[in-house]
Amino acid sequence: MSKFRFRWSNVYLLIVFLILYAPIAFLIFYSFNSGTTMDHFDGFTLQHYGELLADSRLIAIVLNTLLIALLSALLATTIGTMGALWIDRLSRPFFKNTVLSLNNILIVSPDVIIGASFLIFFTMLHVPLGFSSVLLSHIAFSIPIVVLMVLPRLREMNRSMLDAAADLGANRRQIFSSVILPFITPGIFSGFFMALTYSLDDFAVTFFVTGNGFSTLSVEIYSRARQGISLEINALSALMFIVTLIMIVGYYFVQQSASRRRRREAR
Amino acid sequence: MSNRRFSNWAFYVPYGLWIGLFVIAPVALIIYQSFLNLDHHFSLENYATFFKSSTYLMMTVNSVWWAFLITIFTLLISYPTAYFIHQLKHAQLWLLLVIMPTWINILLKAYAFIGIFSQSGIINQFLGLFGIGPEQFLFTNASFLFVATYIQIPFMILPIYNALDDLNPSFINASRDLGATNWQTFSKVTWPLTLPGVKAGIQSVFIPSLSLFMLTRLIGGNKVITLGTAIEEHFLTTMNWGMGSTIGVILIIAMVIIMILTGDRKSSEGRLTR
Repeated sequence: MSKFRFRWSNVYLLIVFLILYAPIAFLIFYSFNSGTTMDHFDGFTLQHYGELLADSRLIAIVLNTLLIALLSALLATTIGTMGALWIDRLSRPFFKNTVLSLNNILIVSPDVIIGASFLIFFTMLHVPLGFSSVLLSHIAFSIPIVVLMVLPRLREMNRSMLDAAADLGANRRQIFSSVILPFITPGIFSGFFMALTYSLDDFAVTFFVTGNGFSTLSVEIYSRARQGISLEINALSALMFIVTLIMIVGYYFVQQSASRRRRREAR
Repeated sequence: MSNRRFSNWAFYVPYGLWIGLFVIAPVALIIYQSFLNLDHHFSLENYATFFKSSTYLMMTVNSVWWAFLITIFTLLISYPTAYFIHQLKHAQLWLLLVIMPTWINILLKAYAFIGIFSQSGIINQFLGLFGIGPEQFLFTNASFLFVATYIQIPFMILPIYNALDDLNPSFINASRDLGATNWQTFSKVTWPLTLPGVKAGIQSVFIPSLSLFMLTRLIGGNKVITLGTAIEEHFLTTMNWGMGSTIGVILIIAMVIIMILTGDRKSSEGRLTR
């Protein structure tokens, strides 16, 4: 009886996973199509990858997107980590909770609201719409994620380690760089990866604050998709899928080393 | 105690600036802007227009209705998925496989569905095998609902899975030992104890569903107008920022109501932490 039920659950899972991955597989499959549509597979070709590599406009956009993602993730990680260290030391519960709620506002807000309000903000301050406004927005919406990733590590930290370090004659700087920082590094890395993916994944906020001239990959795909099918986008998505895979493997290893460290500490 | 005071002003100034400039100021600005009419005068005109116009009110009701449908369908598919994954041997690995599609840019997934649903697309070819003529799938409400649900599923599975993981298995065993049937165990033990996860999932699906704007255009063919679409059009097409902000404020109010209804504060982290 139980074995029968078990098998039905596997069938259900299989269907769900098939649906989850079907569109992605579909895109990648047709990137090798020598035809021009996603309807008929005429034959195998790498032509669209060639077109992609020859499309200097698209390559510039990819580089822009990566630059924005890396810069915003780095800066957001720095500011967010400092913010988490500060929040962790706040002693009045009311103030701490207020800061945490403010921190979470950008996470629960819909993208459209973030985009629209940032657009008003940048226009009011006369920040030119383009690279700088997109970068500032990406830093801004990544900071709270970094804080949420680093804070739990700080809470887990054993306070007596700090006292021990101080008793052994370490000064503040040494305590920070040799005790606190190594301990929260896994959290910082998780925060950095999350910031990176949020930046790469964002469409709505960028769409609002990008202005004319500057474009990121999501915005470019949107404008191309509105014009119809172009298999160059398929080739691009196949390449992006590989990059995503690499990033997931990277993230997985960071998580693994973090849990290994935790196990070692437990011992 | 004094040892913990390792930092100085450098630690909170950048973060404090961020809170001031990018959290408080934008919210304040969007509320301020919502009171400005087209001539940039301070007035309640936008709100009056919104609440007097049946178009705006119907659009709001519709948007809430669609978000509700998307959430229900997502929940119906996600709960069993999370439940079954939790029983698997390598559950963490399968969970990673659920998360992976969310790392693929949402635009690319929408674009894939344009190909799948199109007039001569793969679905119509498949139906053609059975002699069913090409049907219009793209730019229908059904396709919008399908794709929106597809995109939201992982965000619902994650919090439910976490809730199942937190559930102490001895409760289930106790319930079985006391003679409860599978259904009784589920409805009296598992479901109530995983309700926080369900609420967290609803929160992280319903609010984004209210504000979807790209899918409504690419997949829904502008037939469904959500609050998000309306805001986007007012800001970027008709350039009526005042009205756009007013709808934005309505959306923020809707969001707050949902947060209160779905309870505890901690769950807002459900979307990102695993």
